[in-house]
Amino acid sequence: MPLTDQLRDDILASVPSLRAFAISLSGNGDRADDLVQETLLRALANIDSFQPGSNLPAWLFTILRNLFRSDYRKRRREVEDAEGSYAKTLKTQPAQNAHLEFEEFRAALDKLPQDQREALILVGASGFSYEDAAAICGCAVGTIKSRVNRARSKLSALLYVDGAEDFGPDDTVRAVIGGSGG
Amino acid sequence: MKEVKSQVGKSPGPGKQGGLNAEIQSRIGHQLRAMYDDVVRQGVPDRFAELIRKLDTPEGGGGGDPTAKPDGRE
Repeated sequence: MPLTDQLRDDILASVPSLRAFAISLSGNGDRADDLVQETLLRALANIDSFQPGSNLPAWLFTILRNLFRSDYRKRRREVEDAEGSYAKTLKTQPAQNAHLEFEEFRAALDKLPQDQREALILVGASGFSYEDAAAICGCAVGTIKSRVNRARSKLSALLYVDGAEDFGPDDTVRAVIGGSGG
Repeated sequence: MKEVKSQVGKSPGPGKQGGLNAEIQSRIGHQLRAMYDDVVRQGVPDRFAELIRKLDTPEGGGGGDPTAKPDGRE
């Protein structure tokens, strides 16, 4: 469809969440904004292929996600300064403790396989349905569900279960108890 | 530092993959949304508003759709 005022406004209204998605994926504010810019240019250049009445945010997220993935393959993990440059993009700096917790979370998120990370963000933060997330990622709904579940398990292991080692040799205790119990 | 050991310790099994603790899951969900919403609240940076405004006006001129207003505004 042609670029109407309404459509232009709707695209603009999607920019904040596109940025959030890009930053969540890449962990880098500058790169995220470049991704968003490229997404907008591509969307506007291909606006004729957008179906009126269909899900505009999902369409835009699909473009951004595909751009990120092709870009990602080229760069791999060039950027190790994820937290540092991400923090600069925040207007409201979290308080010290919260900030530390935030950085731990960010680091754990970056450890997830990309498939799982994007699925978790789309469903858990962007608020897309499993169906929309599946369409954005070009996979089956069941695949998205299992990626989200694996992402949650892994984050929980990275953030909380690992920390549990600090306060007790659980495995040893269990082995002793299990052994004596027969 | 907050500890979650009372929550983690509740389950008698190893609990690494199985029974994901509801408390932990809600924390993860909360942190994820906090990270995301922080960016959403920043709104639309000028560079993107300008970008879309610029591209909105047809470059070549020409085209002649009689119903199209040149800038779409009153």
